[in-house]
Amino acid sequence: MTIEELIDNFAFLDGWEEKYSYIIELGSQLESLDESYRTEEWKVRGCQSQVWLEPQIKNGKIHFKGDSDAFIVKGLIAIVLMIYSDKSAQEIKEIEVEEIFAKLGLQEHLSPSRRNGLFSMVEKIKEYADALK
Amino acid sequence: MYDVYKIRRDFPILSLTINGKPNVFLDSAASAQKPSKVIETMHHLYMNEYANVHRGSYYLSEQITSAYEEARSRIHQFLNTKSDKEIVFVRNATEGINLVAATWGKKFLKAGDEVLISEAEHHANLVPWQMLRDELGITLKIFKISDEGEYLEEEYLKLLSEKTKLVAVTGMSNVLGTVFPIKKMAEQAHQNGALFLVDACQYAVHQKVDVQDLDCDFLVFSGHKLYGPSGIGVLYGKYNVLDSMPPYQFGGDMVDTVTYEKATFNEPPFRFEAGTPAIMQAIGLGEAIKYISSLSMENIFKHEQELTTYTTNALSEIKGLKIIGQAKDKGGVFSFNVEGMHPQDLAFILDKEGVSVRTGHHCAQPIVNRMGYESLARASLGLYSTKEDIDALVAAIRKAQKFF
Ligand SMILES: Cc1ncc(COP(=O)(O)O)c(C=O)c1O
Repeated sequence: MTIEELIDNFAFLDGWEEKYSYIIELGSQLESLDESYRTEEWKVRGCQSQVWLEPQIKNGKIHFKGDSDAFIVKGLIAIVLMIYSDKSAQEIKEIEVEEIFAKLGLQEHLSPSRRNGLFSMVEKIKEYADALK
Repeated sequence: MYDVYKIRRDFPILSLTINGKPNVFLDSAASAQKPSKVIETMHHLYMNEYANVHRGSYYLSEQITSAYEEARSRIHQFLNTKSDKEIVFVRNATEGINLVAATWGKKFLKAGDEVLISEAEHHANLVPWQMLRDELGITLKIFKISDEGEYLEEEYLKLLSEKTKLVAVTGMSNVLGTVFPIKKMAEQAHQNGALFLVDACQYAVHQKVDVQDLDCDFLVFSGHKLYGPSGIGVLYGKYNVLDSMPPYQFGGDMVDTVTYEKATFNEPPFRFEAGTPAIMQAIGLGEAIKYISSLSMENIFKHEQELTTYTTNALSEIKGLKIIGQAKDKGGVFSFNVEGMHPQDLAFILDKEGVSVRTGHHCAQPIVNRMGYESLARASLGLYSTKEDIDALVAAIRKAQKFF
């Protein structure tokens, strides 16, 4: 699914209940993380739930896998990866993630004060992209 | 008669709606809401009487200095200290404990001495002692509590010895709600020649504190949990103990006479209050204490105890929910886990229902881990909490369960 398709799908959802159910479903379909990456080293800082991120470089693009022990967070990770995965460093740099999250009505989840790890995950993705250049 | 519905009207924020739902605020243990009286007093003073304290001999400065010192005096009465010279204003409880570690600790502790704390301490009453241990080569001892969160006297006594120079414990755990028998513990500490510090952050919010009766040597709390503003806290110390301690920070107000070569220091409490203090916050705290005293701590205690029983029963009826911390003597703090649901997920859904709870390790990571968890949800009560709040919490948890 592309992020545009996701935004379209979101438009059909009624209320936060349907939205959250859908997000949880997205999380359950997330490509699974290699067990060896579920470690401290690959953990993203965030205080309320655990979040892991695994970057793989393929043909100049970065493929990301992610996971969390919380289901809603995991669904939100699925969205973040839909936005960022398999892009070049330059493409990653140009993405306006806040804008996309606003379109989905999920902007509050990207706020640094939420401390759910999602904000830190986006920061981390940008760091990987910077390091690649 | 304690009319909680009438009392709620004193707290403007409680009548707001959150996500279109009534504000069900169940995170008072992190920070409590403020009554209008506190907010209005601070506002009024900024508008009419503001100046620096202990400085000018002009009208405004005299007015504000007397309001500031009156706040100190209110705290002295609230804690029943021998004198208001035993009340040191600090930023929060964390600073109070750090102050004791940095001044009393560095002066009186040496390698081989022991500091004894419980397993249930907040980071604020754990990390400063770890740092002191690494710096001075003292030993940090930690006594165990039961799997239910119950205080175990034999565990405490096992580690208490003549090597113990300080016992520092929370009066009430911010994770488990356990209330520690601090009066008896202080007596036992003194029999071994140790001083006794109470972290009263939670304790002082829920029951009457009488430091002379408890006979503790130090006691700290934070204003913001006691319905006062943030940025102000209190360190109580017995006068002779405070007087034996060197200053914490250096600068204005804490000195007696200063020449280019040297300085002599003021007496307590001013010795420990370097620089311009949190003037408005101190006065705001005084006002908060006046407010809760008008309701009476006994009444607040009774109301919260009833509600604690109600909450325990209501939560226990939820399938798969486990309350972490089931001590017989416990206050209105409920950490819990719901089977199959991450606390973070739960909190997202509760938030949408207007219910504010805290999730995570509650700045007491070791005890959360020791109870077998990475993260817990926590609902906590304040003097304004109602059965309706708890009913809304229960309904929201049941709703969340349908998602997973
Ligand atoms: C038992 C206990 N001790 C210490 C603290 C630290 O308080 P503050 O952050 O206001 O210094 C808290 C606050 O969460 C607490 O609950």
